[in-house]
Amino acid sequence: MKPIPRWADVALIPLVSVAFAAICAALLLLAINEKPIEALMLMIDGTLFRSSGWGFMLYYTTNFIFTGLAVSVAFHAALFNIGGEGQAMLGGLGVALVCLFIPWPHWTLAILGATAGAMLFGAMWAAIPAYLQAKRGSHIVITTIMFNFIAAALLNYLLVNTLKKPGSMDPATDSFPVATHLPTFQDMSALLGFEKMFRGSPANVSFFLALIACVLVWFLIWRTRLGFQIRAFGKSPTAANYAGISPTWIIMIAMVISGALAGMMAVNTTQGEAERLILNFTEGAGFLGIAVALMGRSHPFGVLVAALLFGFLFQGGAELGFWTSIPRELILVIQALVILFVGALDNMVRMLVGQIFASLGYKG
Amino acid sequence: MFLDLVQVFDSSFRMATPLLLACLAGLFSERAGIFDIGLEGKMLAAAFLSAAVAAMTGSVWLGLLAGIGASVVMSVVHGLASITFRGDQIISGVAINFLAAGLTVVVSQSWFGQGGRTPQLTGAGRFETLDMPGALQGAEKASANPMMHLYSELVSGHTILVYLALLMVPLSWYVLYRTRFGLRLRAVGENPAAVDTAGVNVVFLRYSAVLICGVLCGIAGAYLATALQAGFVKEMTAGRGFIALAALIFAKWRPWHALYACMLFGFLQALALRPDLIEKYLAIKVQVQLLDALPYILTVVILAGLVGKATPPKAGGQAYVKEN
Repeated sequence: MKPIPRWADVALIPLVSVAFAAICAALLLLAINEKPIEALMLMIDGTLFRSSGWGFMLYYTTNFIFTGLAVSVAFHAALFNIGGEGQAMLGGLGVALVCLFIPWPHWTLAILGATAGAMLFGAMWAAIPAYLQAKRGSHIVITTIMFNFIAAALLNYLLVNTLKKPGSMDPATDSFPVATHLPTFQDMSALLGFEKMFRGSPANVSFFLALIACVLVWFLIWRTRLGFQIRAFGKSPTAANYAGISPTWIIMIAMVISGALAGMMAVNTTQGEAERLILNFTEGAGFLGIAVALMGRSHPFGVLVAALLFGFLFQGGAELGFWTSIPRELILVIQALVILFVGALDNMVRMLVGQIFASLGYKG
Repeated sequence: MFLDLVQVFDSSFRMATPLLLACLAGLFSERAGIFDIGLEGKMLAAAFLSAAVAAMTGSVWLGLLAGIGASVVMSVVHGLASITFRGDQIISGVAINFLAAGLTVVVSQSWFGQGGRTPQLTGAGRFETLDMPGALQGAEKASANPMMHLYSELVSGHTILVYLALLMVPLSWYVLYRTRFGLRLRAVGENPAAVDTAGVNVVFLRYSAVLICGVLCGIAGAYLATALQAGFVKEMTAGRGFIALAALIFAKWRPWHALYACMLFGFLQALALRPDLIEKYLAIKVQVQLLDALPYILTVVILAGLVGKATPPKAGGQAYVKEN
C-alpha cells in the first residue's frame, strides 16, 4: 500500500469513508424515489435549528459516547467487545436496583450510586466472557454475542416476573422516587432564565458524565501505566507477555472497564429519561458503539465527534420517520454503511487515498 | 402424551430447518477460514426479497431464487471486505446484519407501504406441504396406530425445503470429506499458505465457500418467509442466525453434528412455543425465557470447554496475504 501523511490517516480517511457511506445512502433514497437533499435538509432543520432537537440529539449522543468508549477500550487491547448491548442491559438493572431500593436524599448522591451500580453490573457481565477468553480461550466475539441474548432473556424474565410494578401489565419496574430524578437540560436552562429551551427533550446531566468519561478514558489510555500496558498488549500480545504484562490481567481489566462504560449508558436512559426500567431501553445503542469506536479511531475525542454525528443521525432519522414516508430504519442502513467503509473496507479506502497521494507526488 | 410429543417433534423439524440451513452455510464459510457472524443478515435479506418477489409474481420459486440472490449479494460484500480487501471479518459481518435490518424495512416500506411487511402470501406464492404416499389426514391420524401416526405427522406433511435441508447434511458431509474441493476447502481454513504452496488458488476457494454460504442462507431466509410463515415481517429472523452460529460451535464445525445441534435447538424453540406441555407432564413451571436463552447458555458452556473442547478452524478470521 502507498504511504499517506499522518493527518490524512487521522482525519481524511474517516471523512472519505463517511462520504462513501453518505453517497450510498443517497443512492438508496434515489432508488426508492425519495429526495436525498430534501431529506438531509429536514434532518438538519429538525435537529440543529430547534433547541428540543438538540436536546434529543445530545441524549442519543450521551448513549453513544458511553458505548463507543466501551468498544474503544476493548479495541485498544485487541479485543472485540460486541456485547455492549447486553452489558448496558445489565447496567440498567444495576441502576434500577440502586434507585428503587436505596432511599436517596438528593439526585446528586443518587447519580453517584446509580453510576456505581451501572458500572458494577455492566462490568460483571463483561467479566465472564473475559475470564473465558483469558483462561479457556473461548472466542470473546462469540461469547459476548451469546451474553447479549442471555441478558435480554434475563431482563425479560425479571421485568415480567420479579421486578414488575405490582398489579401492572406493563413489563417495567415502578417509577423511581422523585429524589432520584436527574435534572434535564430543560430544568438547567430554566435555572439560567431560559424557560423555553430544550422543552420536552430528554437530554440530562448524564451528558456531562459522558464528557468526564471521555477525559478519564483518554487519561487512562495515554497517561497511565495500565493504559500503556493495554495498548502494548493490543499491539502484540506476545511482546507484552515477554515484557512481563500478564495477558489474563489485561484481558480482564480491559473488558471490565469496557463493560462498566457500556453499563453507564443506563444512567442516561433509565435514571435520566425513563425514570424506571423498561424492556429494550438500549435501542441498539450497544451495537452502535461499534460504529462510533471505528469512526472515532478508538480515541475519546474521535468517539465524541462520531457520537455527535450519530446523535444527529438518530434524531434526524426520527424526524424523517415523522414527516416523510422514509422509515427511521434508514439510520440502520447508514450505520451499516459507516461500519462497512470505516471498518471492513478500511483497506480499500486506504488504497484509494494512497493512490491519490502518490499521484500528487507524496513519497512518505 | 404420545400425541403431544409427536406434535412437538413435528414442530421441531419446522423450527430446526432454517437453523440447519444457516448452520451448514456457516460451516462452509468457517471451514474455509472466513468467520461469518452475518448469517442473520443474509437470512433476513433473503426472507424479505423472497416474500416480496413471491408476492409480486405469485410464484414461490421465483421468490426463492430472488431470496438466494439477495443473500448472495450480501455474501459478495462480505467476500470483498474479508478476502479481497483483507478487512476484519467480524466487523464486516456486523455491517451486513445492520445493512439487512435497515434495507429490508426501508425497501419494503417503499414497495408495499405496509410498515415494513410484505403482503400476505397465498396459493402458489407459498411453499405447500408435501403429503407422502399413504399418509393420513386430519382426524384419521389420531385413531391410527402409532407407527402410521408418526409417519403421517413427522415424516410426511412438510414443505419441500425441510426435506432439502435434511438432504443437505449428507451432501455437505460428502462435499467436505469425500471430494477434492472439500479437502482443499478445509485445508484453506487450517493452513492457507500450504494450500497456496501446492498451487491451489486460495482466493477462489474462499470465495466459493462464501458463495455457498450465501446460497444456503438464502434458502433458509426464503423458508422463513414463504414456508414457515406467509410473508415477511421486519426482524423476522429473530436471532436465528446467531442460534445457527451457536449450533455450529456446538457441533464443533461438523455436518452431522450440525444436524443434531440444530434439532436440539429446534426442539427447544418448539418447546418454548408450548410451555403448557412441560407443566402438564413434568409438573414444573419452566420459564419461557429460560428456554429462549438455553441455546446460548449451552454454547457458552461448550465454548468454556466444560463439555469437550470446541476448536475452530486454525486460520479462521485471518486474511491470507500471498507471499511475493
